[in-house]
Amino acid sequence: MSVTVIYTIATLSIIGTSAAVILFFVARKFKVYEDPRIDEVEGSLPGANCGGCGYAGCRAFAEACVKAADLNDLNCPVGGNDTMGSVAGILGLEAVKKEARVAFIRCNGTCDHRPKTNIFDGADTCAIAASVYSGETDCQWGCLGYGDCFTACEFDAIELRADLGVPKIIDDKCVACGACVDACPKNLIELRKKFPKDRKVVVACRNQDKGGVARKACSTACIGCGKCEKECKFDAITIENNLAFIDSDKCKLCRKCVSVCPTNAITEENFPPRKIKEEKKEECSTAK
Amino acid sequence: MSNLLTVSPSPHVHTDDSTRKIMYRVVYAMIPALIWSVFVFGLDALRVTLIAVAACLAFEYLIQKYLMKVTPSVSDGSALITGILLAFNVPSGIPWWIIVIGSLAAMGIGKLSFGGLGNNIFNPALVGRVFMLISFPAQMTSWPSIRSAGVDSLTSATPLGVIKEGLSNGLSVSEISKSLPSQVDMMLGSMGGSLGEVSALLLIIGGLYMLYKKVITWHIPVAVLASVGIIATAFWLVDPQSYVSPGYHLFSGGLMLGAIFMATDMVTSPMNPKGQIIYGVGIGVITISIRMFGSYPEGISFAILIMNAFTPLINTYVKPKRFGGK
Amino acid sequence: MLKTFKKGGVHPPENKLSAGKSIEVLPLPASVFIPVAQHIGAPATPVVGRGDVVKVGQIIAKSSSFVSTNIHSSVSGKVKKVDFQADSSGYPKQGILIDVDGDEWIEDIDRSEDLKKDFDLSGEEIVKKIQDAGIVGLGGATFPTHVKLVPPKGMKADILLINGVECEPYLTSDHRLMLEKTDEILVGIQLLMKALSVDKAVIGIENNKPDAIQRLTEKTKEYNGVSVAPLKVKYPQGGEKQLIKAVTGREVPSGALPIAVGAVVSNVGTAFAVYEAIQKNKPLFERVVTVTGKALANPSNFRVRIGTATSALVDAAGGLPEDSGKVISGGPMMGRAIASLDVPVTKGTSGILLMEKNESTREEMNTCIRCSRCVSACPMGLEPFLLMTLSEKQIFDRAEDDKIMDCIECGSCSYTCPANRPLLDYIRFGKGKVGQIIRSRKK
Repeated sequence: MSVTVIYTIATLSIIGTSAAVILFFVARKFKVYEDPRIDEVEGSLPGANCGGCGYAGCRAFAEACVKAADLNDLNCPVGGNDTMGSVAGILGLEAVKKEARVAFIRCNGTCDHRPKTNIFDGADTCAIAASVYSGETDCQWGCLGYGDCFTACEFDAIELRADLGVPKIIDDKCVACGACVDACPKNLIELRKKFPKDRKVVVACRNQDKGGVARKACSTACIGCGKCEKECKFDAITIENNLAFIDSDKCKLCRKCVSVCPTNAITEENFPPRKIKEEKKEECSTAK
Repeated sequence: MSNLLTVSPSPHVHTDDSTRKIMYRVVYAMIPALIWSVFVFGLDALRVTLIAVAACLAFEYLIQKYLMKVTPSVSDGSALITGILLAFNVPSGIPWWIIVIGSLAAMGIGKLSFGGLGNNIFNPALVGRVFMLISFPAQMTSWPSIRSAGVDSLTSATPLGVIKEGLSNGLSVSEISKSLPSQVDMMLGSMGGSLGEVSALLLIIGGLYMLYKKVITWHIPVAVLASVGIIATAFWLVDPQSYVSPGYHLFSGGLMLGAIFMATDMVTSPMNPKGQIIYGVGIGVITISIRMFGSYPEGISFAILIMNAFTPLINTYVKPKRFGGK
Repeated sequence: MLKTFKKGGVHPPENKLSAGKSIEVLPLPASVFIPVAQHIGAPATPVVGRGDVVKVGQIIAKSSSFVSTNIHSSVSGKVKKVDFQADSSGYPKQGILIDVDGDEWIEDIDRSEDLKKDFDLSGEEIVKKIQDAGIVGLGGATFPTHVKLVPPKGMKADILLINGVECEPYLTSDHRLMLEKTDEILVGIQLLMKALSVDKAVIGIENNKPDAIQRLTEKTKEYNGVSVAPLKVKYPQGGEKQLIKAVTGREVPSGALPIAVGAVVSNVGTAFAVYEAIQKNKPLFERVVTVTGKALANPSNFRVRIGTATSALVDAAGGLPEDSGKVISGGPMMGRAIASLDVPVTKGTSGILLMEKNESTREEMNTCIRCSRCVSACPMGLEPFLLMTLSEKQIFDRAEDDKIMDCIECGSCSYTCPANRPLLDYIRFGKGKVGQIIRSRKK
């Protein structure tokens, strides 16, 4: 009996020891040197693995940061300047301040503005609806409303609004990772400069049809009339293919374009209410 | 709003078939064997079946509603099938609380923990059966006597059990077969066993109905039965005193039930004919190995569960022949 | 045992409501909208402008490359404008809007109904004339016919297959054409055989059209090298690859064209158009369209000028039934639902199908029960359930390995799925994405 016990213990010990020795040498031989700073940088990142930086996840971004000579081309849109500042601190590089951005869906084709002309009954994704036809309304450019952007968003920054038919971005939660920009088959989503108090003046339309066609499909379509372009003192507005576009980097939020837009395609958000616009709106409706 | 046209991608027509219709066809196919079991085992069989069905439906509803928080899909018929199959796999004299526990294992562990219908890897009824077999071996293997038509051949053990015990006690096949029902009786259903496994003939009729209705294809049952038959014949020819004739293997125990109703479970079997044949042969080989060399008299449940585990692998590596492919 | 293709296939209810109705000529519409892209390949370039007066048969848009075709005016009148309007693809496309004024044809078209059997043209001349006449595959694929007739270098056709299968439920335009224009089709086949320099042609017809089989079998005795192959009814037998397999037993390799096995497939409608183009000098500006539907008062087969709005056809067949839920351009399996009745008839429109409200919406989708019916229904030997999941999860490299590009979009998988899963919706989407990836890799 006791012999068996001794044998067992001895055998197991020998196996254990030899395995340990082998492992020791193998570990030595095949050791891969990894910069410890990669772990450190990764630790300071948000860890969302959203891909908004253009790399496959936070680890890949951390590796890129460690390798890079400066941080000019690298930015974590989720963490923003704070995160990039701490990354710069770890790596001993100079932090580059980037302006915060926010996503915006350039379509205001809500149910009120854009009457439905048919009903879609297929797989409920924008990508498939877009591959079938132009959409449930006469506007071939606008939002389809099945929420591919909502599915793509990792940060719950997009809400589907059944009452509107068009999703809304929640500015406070949006980190401008760009996942929704890629997901939208109609290319409606734009990353714009983030202004204080989330104020914005935007052309909420992508319709490139001629004025009449656009207007017929949607009461708030941009008809490319060019009034806003003339009104803008900062050259922020350009008209191309019957469509106005406001460059958020040049825009000074003066809101003059909002007043002149005949279809209310240009919208302002998060400004204190003003009286003039209300009157303007009434005039419009009586004229109709 | 109402006169707007609908736009959807092609095709614009759809077959009349639905998941529910398929499930109910399986239920219809099991009815002959169920009626026979009531005839053979008396109202006990009905009691067991009703308890199993009720428990399965109730557990599916409760778990889906309160644990998974999804809309319960009790009416799709799949839980009904699991309930009947579970009852088919137990002796008629089993206490009610064992069936309830078995139903919980079948629905909870076997089906819903994977996400419900379509996502489970293992056949839920078999998970339930094996759970009961391992937890309550005594109750699960005490077979009540049958009320056979004609001669009152009162058997209190299954043919396979008799063979296994006899062989391990060193008896020869010719000595054992005196205490066995004839092969014709076994085929018709005059033998001891679980509710659903007694009549091979009625199970085959149910299988033919499912084949006709295109609920199943021939590949799996034929592969299982053929591989069992061929291996059993080979051993029997070599040594008829140590191995029983293939007829006993084919018509006894749950082989028919397993091959026709449980191995063919859509969710847990491979998706293309080639894979289905590999899967069927696997089940046959494992079943006969357990019967001949294992410690359990019957191995079909284990065989199916083992091959269930291989199904994803078979699906990944065995592809149907492509049109225009090499 | 009748011949058919081996793998997969489904049997949707046939519903050939208009099979007994002879082809009627639809009255001229007040205006037509003729899209410049009615074929696979580059859109044609408009050569007329606002205010130009055009005659029937005049070229109004010129072929812009080899894989492209001319577009001819189907009416006489004044060009109102070159505009954009939605066609059956669901997106606005460029086209020419013409206000009809009278019915004045260009002079060299022979408008008589007399059969003209003899021809004395070389193969190249025939191909040239087909190209000029703007002929495309009229079965629905609209691939320019002249491209098919010129095999790539090193390949040679030895058999011409004529597709008279019409496996789509409801549609009867090819069926009627075979009954009423038998000789014309056979002369057209002779012309195609000459152009391809093959001495054998087989017309494949499904067994649900016994009258057409009988009539063509009788008539083929007068023509050398042409025979009829009756086929067992099975969808999608009208698919090019399936038809070749059913008639000749040859299997077109994955990713290859039918010419790889020495076969060229053409539709009976195309053969008729070839006859008219060469023997009558008449370019392709009208075609036979089936207008059908269970609730429709008078399902019919019409001979329609290209560019006529769908509404004109529906009105001629008894008007839009009240509970119409869906209008399909083409058949129920592969046709495209259209959003408005303004969509014009194009060269590829084989039918207009009206569906009642209760049959136009899909039933609720359930989880996959892995019944593998899609696998057994797929005529290409694919695994639709897997391709759907891969497309949904955007795992396109695996989808490519699993031959998503072989899908012919016949819809058998979606048709047969008991859980109502939109298999083809996703596969089509995945196929588009994989196609993009393959093209970008080649660049």
